[in-house]
Amino acid sequence: MNTSKTRKQFYLSGFVAFTCLVSTAAMAGPIESYSPVTAQRLENPEPSNWMLYRRTYDGHGYSPLEQINTSNVKNLTPVWTFATGVVEGHEAPPIVNNGVMFVATPMGQVIALNAKTGDEYWRYKRQLPDDLFQLHPTSRGVGLWEDKLFLATTDDHVVALDAKTGKVVWDTKVQDYKKGQYMTLMPLIVDGKVIVGGSGGEFGVRGYVAAYDAKDGKELWRTFTIPGEGEPGHETWQGDDWKNGGGSAWMTGNYDKETKTIYWGVGNAAPWPGETHPGDNLYTSSVLALDPNTGKIKTHHQYHQNDSWDWDEVEAPMLIDLQRDGRNIKSLVHPGRDAIFWVLERTPTKINYVAGWPFVSTDVWKGIEPESGKPIVDPAHKPVIGKRVEFCPSLWGGKDWPSAAYSQKTGLVYVPANENFCGGFTGEKVALKPGELWLGTKPEDIGLKTKPGADHFGELQAWDPATGKKVWQHNFPKSQLFGSVTATAGDLIFVGGTNDRNFRAFNAKTGELLWEQKTNSGIMGMPVSYEIDGTQYIAIQSGWGVDAQRIQDALVTNNIGIEANVPQGGVIWVFALKK
Amino acid sequence: MSRASFTTDSSSSESSTEPNADACSEQTRRTVLLGALVATACLGCSAQARADEDPPGSDERPQKGDVLVFSEGDKEGKLITAADLPAGGPPVHAWPKDPKTSVVRSASRLNEILIIRLDPAELDEKTAARAVDGIIAYSAICAHAGCPVTAWVKSDVGDKEVFKCMCHNSEYDPRAGAQVVFGPAPRRLAALPLALADGSLTVAGNFIGKVGGAQPG
Ligand code: FES
Repeated sequence: MNTSKTRKQFYLSGFVAFTCLVSTAAMAGPIESYSPVTAQRLENPEPSNWMLYRRTYDGHGYSPLEQINTSNVKNLTPVWTFATGVVEGHEAPPIVNNGVMFVATPMGQVIALNAKTGDEYWRYKRQLPDDLFQLHPTSRGVGLWEDKLFLATTDDHVVALDAKTGKVVWDTKVQDYKKGQYMTLMPLIVDGKVIVGGSGGEFGVRGYVAAYDAKDGKELWRTFTIPGEGEPGHETWQGDDWKNGGGSAWMTGNYDKETKTIYWGVGNAAPWPGETHPGDNLYTSSVLALDPNTGKIKTHHQYHQNDSWDWDEVEAPMLIDLQRDGRNIKSLVHPGRDAIFWVLERTPTKINYVAGWPFVSTDVWKGIEPESGKPIVDPAHKPVIGKRVEFCPSLWGGKDWPSAAYSQKTGLVYVPANENFCGGFTGEKVALKPGELWLGTKPEDIGLKTKPGADHFGELQAWDPATGKKVWQHNFPKSQLFGSVTATAGDLIFVGGTNDRNFRAFNAKTGELLWEQKTNSGIMGMPVSYEIDGTQYIAIQSGWGVDAQRIQDALVTNNIGIEANVPQGGVIWVFALKK
Repeated sequence: MSRASFTTDSSSSESSTEPNADACSEQTRRTVLLGALVATACLGCSAQARADEDPPGSDERPQKGDVLVFSEGDKEGKLITAADLPAGGPPVHAWPKDPKTSVVRSASRLNEILIIRLDPAELDEKTAARAVDGIIAYSAICAHAGCPVTAWVKSDVGDKEVFKCMCHNSEYDPRAGAQVVFGPAPRRLAALPLALADGSLTVAGNFIGKVGGAQPG
């Protein structure tokens, strides 16, 4: 062993680590007391906190707080705001742990704030590489474990920060950003494992879900979403298509703590036209049931086969106990990007199809095979090579990644849907160049059209998953709806997502609009609720960008009288009842 | 299709963990300014890491005297001459190449260039001053979030053709110094002065303006 070299390396890495800490944690003051996050706290979170992506492992996006309710929400007023200093899509929920708020923003920034006053504790700014190709410049949040928090970055690292100071504890490279690998999701934390999934389907990557040890950042397992040679499901691919088959897994999974199973949504196949990758293409556009300890695939369900529409099914299904047809069903509920509202049954060994119906109009599916749950495709609306094919809904689907919510009080699922959009493109065979877009069409050939005479686009829908009945719907005449929904025990539904910059509250039972507040920018973030010293707060990031902006550009140029230029720039907004 | 046609019921590693190398390559500008010693240590180690893969000079920005070669298509790697540039566009995508060492500077995507020939009468004063025979060059990297600018299409907000970045729809007018005419990009594309000698294009100076996407802090 060459000791002098080793010592030199040690000094060099020590020095580098030290200087990185100085550069990234601009401190306004450390957090003095912090409540370490444990498995028990994540499994049964206090009503006052929001520590997971959807607050609870079952993905409901529901807060049991009820101080703010249908009768007093009209008195909701901003109590503090905080400018994040960056533009682009602010998609992360403000994560709150006993009075401390952590907010992730685009460009790899995390801000720690006093959740009551809005005072800054510390700020971490990742210095992203200059040559990073950021197709989705955003972050969907930070995961918490013990006294650390975890950020998945657009240059494909997982970074652990000290929750009290913002200092880097470890920094693990996951894959090479130069090959189109990146991450935007909030890590899922299960029993000290930091679980992430890779983005990059549009660059022809092979998708994966991977787990890291929260202590030291060591990789514990990695499961590819496209099975390799010898693995079950590999036979659903031809030739070498699987090597760059897409199936990225770019949203946070949900977790069944009883059966110790993670449910993780998987994206579409690459490139887009199905003709370029014949077969069912497991596990693209599917949900995977994974063992969090080993990453082993326990079972799966594929929502639709041989995707050709860019219909990622990455939002993890909600785990809901349903009474349906006189039976108790441990269900998985997923309003799909493929326009179908899916109700499935989860068992320890299998996922069964229960029901499915379109929640927005679609010309792609002719029906669903009742036994298998496979949707039946209309070939006239399936993109092919060398011919322009149009289909409804658009590339963004009936509902994209913004989350639906489930209220345990009303038993309803609230869906941020888009109606009256269609899309189309001409498929072409293109050679893969690592790190470059690989869509199977010219990017400039992709279209979003509005249906002639459409009187609205965004729809906030309330569905009863037990009966398949729609209970109410609120239409947005001049805007898409592109923001996550949150339900509360105060019988309120909070959502932004429109191009008029409004944040809104609806009556969960009736759909009546009860409150709205104009914000600085458009909202594509996720509302959360928390409580400190007996006061209930609602928090949201306003900051328009990425896909909401892309749809907005299409609306502006579709000549339908929508000219709103949505301003960009992130601000955290926190509301409480007027005293 | 009607919604009713649906049944609503059924009867039934590539991993590589290199924290030190990455800590180096992601040193902040601020840190570099903080101390020459730190900067030297870090630049030294990232250069060494790259040296294994790419020939020296291949990640340096375009230099005065570099020739230009096609970065894609049938003629990839071939010298670009004025005759290769159709009047009125579309742009040609190029890499700079060191004529002395023959190293193509393709190790950094920030070196990719768009070269276009337009009617000299359409160019504004500043752009015209940089053009040779109506030929002008810009960085191909979008000033918004760093995607490549790939399209030459009719503008969403005018009737002229413009450079368009399809990632988030930013549009740039090459006739006016690549100023932003639509979309979220905060600033124009960096321009690259050109010279023409015996029909071949060469680089006449450094990029004017910042290359790459906008970032905080
Ligand atoms: S990177 Fe070009 S518009 Fe966003």
